[in-house]
Amino acid sequence: MSPQKEALLNYCIALGDDALTLGHRLSEWCRNGPFLEEDLALTNVSLDFIGRARMFYSHAAEIEGQGRSEDDIAFLRDCREYRNFLINELPNGDFAFTMARQLMVDAFDMGFFTGLAKSGDPMLAAIAAKAVKESRYHLRRSQDWIIRLGDGTEESHERTQNAFNQLWGYAAEMFEMADEEQKLVDAGIAVDRSALKAEWTSTMHAVLKQATLAIPTDDWAIGGGRDGRHTEHLGFLLAEFQYLQRAYPGQQW
Amino acid sequence: MVAMRDKTETDRLFELLSSVVDPEIPVLTLQDLGVLRDISITGGEVKVTITPTYAGCPAMETMRADIESTLAAAGYKQVIVQQNLSPAWSTDWMSQSGREKLRAYGIAPPVSTACGQAGGQIECPQCNSAEVKLISEFGSTACKALYRCQDCREPFDYFKCI
Repeated sequence: MSPQKEALLNYCIALGDDALTLGHRLSEWCRNGPFLEEDLALTNVSLDFIGRARMFYSHAAEIEGQGRSEDDIAFLRDCREYRNFLINELPNGDFAFTMARQLMVDAFDMGFFTGLAKSGDPMLAAIAAKAVKESRYHLRRSQDWIIRLGDGTEESHERTQNAFNQLWGYAAEMFEMADEEQKLVDAGIAVDRSALKAEWTSTMHAVLKQATLAIPTDDWAIGGGRDGRHTEHLGFLLAEFQYLQRAYPGQQW
Repeated sequence: MVAMRDKTETDRLFELLSSVVDPEIPVLTLQDLGVLRDISITGGEVKVTITPTYAGCPAMETMRADIESTLAAAGYKQVIVQQNLSPAWSTDWMSQSGREKLRAYGIAPPVSTACGQAGGQIECPQCNSAEVKLISEFGSTACKALYRCQDCREPFDYFKCI
């Protein structure tokens, strides 16, 4: 496999991992939502992310061409082989934490998928064009919630502020580029994520301000997801997610 | 008197597949929905092209299976259902008759302008009032949002523009 093809394969898998880990986290809200409509909304957004993961993994499987399927990629890799941003694997916390994370990811996704829709790889461009339409709705919803929670009661304000304080340092790695990925940018395939930071920051500042929330300080940052270095939480997520295929390989419904 | 039109096999296939409906909204055929994009036949092999509404829509698998079984029942042995992502599905592709059927079924159809942005006027499918209020961006499925009519007080699903 040529280095560029391998880089593209890794890229697709990493994008699938982002979508799958967050999609799985959101699915954990199923029947635990604060009220029925919100339960439906969280699981619908979850489905959008899981659908994205499937498309990225299928594309990866096709690029690789070694007979691995999307399911093999999802179910038969361990933590160190997962390449998602850490923010996606963090446990849901309370509803404020889930929505704060969602706002940070949705705002990133809008910029990212808008860029990826112009990718020189037709399949990536097609997946991104689809994703950006969904992200527009996701962002609208997470934005509304953060304003409602931040500018809500004393307790909802405090919980939402705490959530952003705990999450803020996880944003950094969304804008850090690796060499391999930079080469794909040069080839017109990938998105230069470092260029998305300014717009993301201004979106976040505008929403937080309207939500009467303070912008957390930039004094810490944590990364490593794209290199396979994860928090302790991913192992538990995969244990639950992969259990059936690991215990009964090839099992079907 | 209606002139008999000589139908091509593709026309017949489209007609055949007009019995396949959205499993979640059974008043809409796949053509109404704009999911069925193309049918071609080469040799004995039928190729049906569909495009997914939402990336994770669980109804897509059912639609695919329903297309296959409908064609199999009509004697088509070799059927390929191919999924096309590009161009991305849009509610702009929903037929006018599909929109009317949705309304009659109690779901407000997508407002045809300004897709993706807030805009256009959503009306209550029960009493046609424009005094409606968003309850949730997501309704019973990913493609719908939940609204309530301020006049007749009935909640209803709105098929979102995408």
